[in-house]
Amino acid sequence: MQKKIDEIEKSIDEAVKDVQSSKTLQEIKMRFLGRTGEISALMKNMRDIPPEERPSMGKLLNALRQWTEERFSSIEQKLKEFELKKKYSDEKIDVTLPARTTENGAYHPNTLIRNELISIFSGMGFEVFEGPEIENDYYNFTALNTPADHPARDMQDTFYISNDLLLRTQTSAGQIRVMENKNPPIKILSPGKVYRSDDDATHSPMFSQMEGLVVDKGITLCDLKGMLDEFARKIFGGNVKTRLRPSYFPFTEPSVEVDVSCFECGGQGCRLCKGTGWIEILGAGMVNRRVLEGCGVDPDIYSGFAFGMGIERIAMLKYGINNMKLLFEGDVRFLKQFKG
Amino acid sequence: MKAPLSWLKDYVDIDVTAEELQTKLFSCGFEVEELIDLGKDISGVVVGEVIECEPLEGTHLSVCKVDCGNKGIFQICCGADNVKKGIKAPCALVGATVYSTAKDHVTIEGVMTIKKGKLRGIESEGMLCSGIELGLNEDLYEGAGYCGLLLLPSDSINGEDVKPIVGLDDYIFDIGVTANRPDCQSILGIAREVAAVLGKKLKEPDYGYTAVKGKYEKIKISDLAPDICPRYIGHYVTNVKCAPSPAWLRKRLALCGLHSISNIVDITNFILLEMGQPMHAFDLRTLSGREVIVRRANDGEKIVTLDENEFKLSRENLVICDAEKPVALAGVMGGLNSEIKDDTCEVLFEAAKFARDSVRKTARALGQHTDSSALFEKGVNEYTTEKAMKRALHLIEELQCGTVTDMHIDVTTSYSRAKGKKMTVSVSKINALLGIEVPAKDMVKILKNLNFKTVLNDDNLDITVPDYREDIDGYPDIAEEIIRFYGYDNIKSTFLPSATITNGGFTDEQKAENKLKDCLVSKGLYEISTYSFYSQKDLDMLHFAPDAKERKAIKILNPISEDLSIMRTTLAPSMVNVIVRNLRRGNMAGKLFEISKIYLAEQLPLSDFPEEKPMIALGIWGKYDFFDLKGITESIAENLNTKFEYEPCEKPFLHPGICARILCDGDEIGYLGMLSPEISQELALERFAYVAEIDYDELKKHAKQFRYIPISKFAEITRDLALTCDKSTTCAEIEKEIYSACKYVTDVKLFDVYIGSQVESGKKSMAFKITFTPKDEPIENKADSFVKKILNNLKYKLNIDLR
Repeated sequence: MQKKIDEIEKSIDEAVKDVQSSKTLQEIKMRFLGRTGEISALMKNMRDIPPEERPSMGKLLNALRQWTEERFSSIEQKLKEFELKKKYSDEKIDVTLPARTTENGAYHPNTLIRNELISIFSGMGFEVFEGPEIENDYYNFTALNTPADHPARDMQDTFYISNDLLLRTQTSAGQIRVMENKNPPIKILSPGKVYRSDDDATHSPMFSQMEGLVVDKGITLCDLKGMLDEFARKIFGGNVKTRLRPSYFPFTEPSVEVDVSCFECGGQGCRLCKGTGWIEILGAGMVNRRVLEGCGVDPDIYSGFAFGMGIERIAMLKYGINNMKLLFEGDVRFLKQFKG
Repeated sequence: MKAPLSWLKDYVDIDVTAEELQTKLFSCGFEVEELIDLGKDISGVVVGEVIECEPLEGTHLSVCKVDCGNKGIFQICCGADNVKKGIKAPCALVGATVYSTAKDHVTIEGVMTIKKGKLRGIESEGMLCSGIELGLNEDLYEGAGYCGLLLLPSDSINGEDVKPIVGLDDYIFDIGVTANRPDCQSILGIAREVAAVLGKKLKEPDYGYTAVKGKYEKIKISDLAPDICPRYIGHYVTNVKCAPSPAWLRKRLALCGLHSISNIVDITNFILLEMGQPMHAFDLRTLSGREVIVRRANDGEKIVTLDENEFKLSRENLVICDAEKPVALAGVMGGLNSEIKDDTCEVLFEAAKFARDSVRKTARALGQHTDSSALFEKGVNEYTTEKAMKRALHLIEELQCGTVTDMHIDVTTSYSRAKGKKMTVSVSKINALLGIEVPAKDMVKILKNLNFKTVLNDDNLDITVPDYREDIDGYPDIAEEIIRFYGYDNIKSTFLPSATITNGGFTDEQKAENKLKDCLVSKGLYEISTYSFYSQKDLDMLHFAPDAKERKAIKILNPISEDLSIMRTTLAPSMVNVIVRNLRRGNMAGKLFEISKIYLAEQLPLSDFPEEKPMIALGIWGKYDFFDLKGITESIAENLNTKFEYEPCEKPFLHPGICARILCDGDEIGYLGMLSPEISQELALERFAYVAEIDYDELKKHAKQFRYIPISKFAEITRDLALTCDKSTTCAEIEKEIYSACKYVTDVKLFDVYIGSQVESGKKSMAFKITFTPKDEPIENKADSFVKKILNNLKYKLNIDLR
């Protein structure tokens, strides 16, 4: 019997030696452990064994059965692991294949800058007011201290709709509407489209401005500088400085041009700043007393400052756009670049 | 404004370099837009004396020995016809740069560097130059117009740089003058600022002359339009001798880009440049009745100006007339009939102040823009008018070109400005505006440098404003004068230490708009921005009927071109134009949106503010179709928490079968559809395009606040139904019927449409997924009865069967 058991053990070893799949293993297992399998046959043969030998033989057979079962289960385990590995390796994908996604669109660069400006200034307490684009002479000129014979009317070539109505040349027009209806303290921002009869690489007959106005007690030129410093750092980066220089706008006195140190070269001089280290960025000044008076604000109690900038100009500077026309053409190859 | 450094030096002792002066002018508000170095292309040219000169046989050349002092003696071959022993001429040494001229010896072709060379086998170590080769002309330097050698004064020192000798060491400042400073539209005006910024005294030009008394035939001047001619000064000059101007005068005019004509005319032009006062000289022989009348032109009256153009005038135009006819277009240009001629012997000089907008209107209306009109438009001060006349008379005397008489007619009207404006300003108020403490004594010094008579009384400055400073109005103007010289660098940054805290932020409308834009961007659309104006042609492009409401557009009176002449009434043409442009550039697919205003007039011409209506335009082309576009409009509805319905409709520019109006709560708020194939073909589009336009204001009215609805404890149930219906039955009709048949229906989605052999002809099959949402109790056992009801209703109302 022992011989028989040894034979079986040997033939099991022989049978599982090259086993590759769980299925084959299962067949082999049935050959030995199945109801008609070799070990079962031995078990059945117990009847033919003398009763006194049965207990020891039974022990041997049970040990064989147990050994066999363990043997198969350990091989089964290994095979499973092997097969899983193979499955994973077969299923391996090229993760660099293109993604399946809906492509995002993009905001127009003007909207990006406009929203950035509004965010910066709203943090400083500015509200937003949007006035009409078709204005009358009073709001666009007269109330801004630019009477009919004033040479400053020539500074901006105006599109007229009628004797009195025109396409606004500046968002400052909206400031008057605010001051007429609101008492100081006033901190407003008025963004919007403006129109001037000008058309070349840096001018467009339609463009956008962002105007800011502060009216309160004790406002000084130093406050204007402080606020613009803060603004310049936020929009162009931490190290940018501002510089004021004298200029003229009918609705402010004193009036200044504001330059920022070139954020491209850090003020050393480069192509962007035309070698000067500075870039002209906006016009500003202390609100002219006549303008305040005209809006019913007492200039002996209140003072204020105003500033205005071209949104396209900021966009062109910030993103390095070289021709203003690109902003109005709607070429998708251009628009695609503003997804960030 | 062009100001030569050499000319400024007449009035100010300038002891800084041109570059330093440029920086200083910049700091006080005068940006030098261009600093022109007259001799920038010329280098290495020295005085050379020809000490030997032998003609080279068989050629037009001469072989010279040229003594260039400490630079050495050089052999130079020269082809000029005026080369001879003993002359001094500019000698360009090897390595020097001068202008190269064309064969005519006059046209400048570029800059060349002188090299050692051989002419006809003879070594030449340099070049003797003409004036033209140095960039000069006859007006800039006498003799420089000759195309042979430029002869230098015999006392020039051999070997010295020629640039200072011929005036090429000069600079011209092209200065941007702001509109508030018409007083700086002159060399003298700029000189005043230069003096102030350098802290130097201004040397006024000589205004002196001796009026010769005599019995002269009377000249009468009357001003019939004092409102637009507040001051008119005439002065009679006799024994006039017209002749060429002296070299110094011609040079000054030439440096500023003016041609010399004759002494009398040149004096008027010189005064225009020096003082900023346009002047005019009338030949008295032509002034009928020895009379000048300043008046508005009669409608239809005509004048021929000096440039031989005839103009038909109107009441808007101010004219200077004699007893019979207009002889000058006031402030713009003189008349041909009273022009100064070579034999003119009696002259009436005119210096006047004409109102800014009168001259501007005339110059614009007639398209006649001159140096004179430009100055009057900016504003001329009467104080200058007075001085300019004196200065002109001084020059008459200096040039000895006439006898200055004592006949001086000064018409001062009630519109004239008073002299010597006085004001008192407070030092502390100025400092309160600036936000820094400028010491009072510094203020006084700055103002005095600027010619403001200033006395300090405690906190007050008593100021007399110079007459030419019409811009000075109140203490902020004085504050500006002070800070531009005290220095803007002294302004410290503060952050509203005393201001009230205000609450800022985006308005609700902007927040909503940004949210909508976010949604569109996330759907892959790019935002565009297009011009608010276009032309009727753009409406033609989209086949709008002549009487379509879109044609009722607001016109711009002075458009930049006909293409941008009306304010848009629909965004569609702008969107289509962008699509066309993209396709022509090879961008074969795209999705775009724009949120911009249209401008609607209640009546034309416009009498009141028009309505400015924000609209949403969508445009897609290429690989997309109608339902992609509808997907975007559905997203918009979802973004505003509302629902759109769609009905077939027709638009002149859309495919009649692929076009829908968009309804929201029953109100029409827009449309979408396919650009009509006809228009596509006309525009030669290689892809189909789809456009939509939604009235954003109307849409916003239908936006709904959302509220949370409690989630049912019980599960939702879905059923799929495949239905057979008439081909003409729309999806919307079926959906509507399903919803109304059962209140538990919360969603109906079409997922398949079939037309073909499997259904009867004239029929189609549509499959829907219907979602039933339970409320307070489970509905599993009711679903079948719901479906039964739905099917009954569909059969009854729309003759629809279950497939």
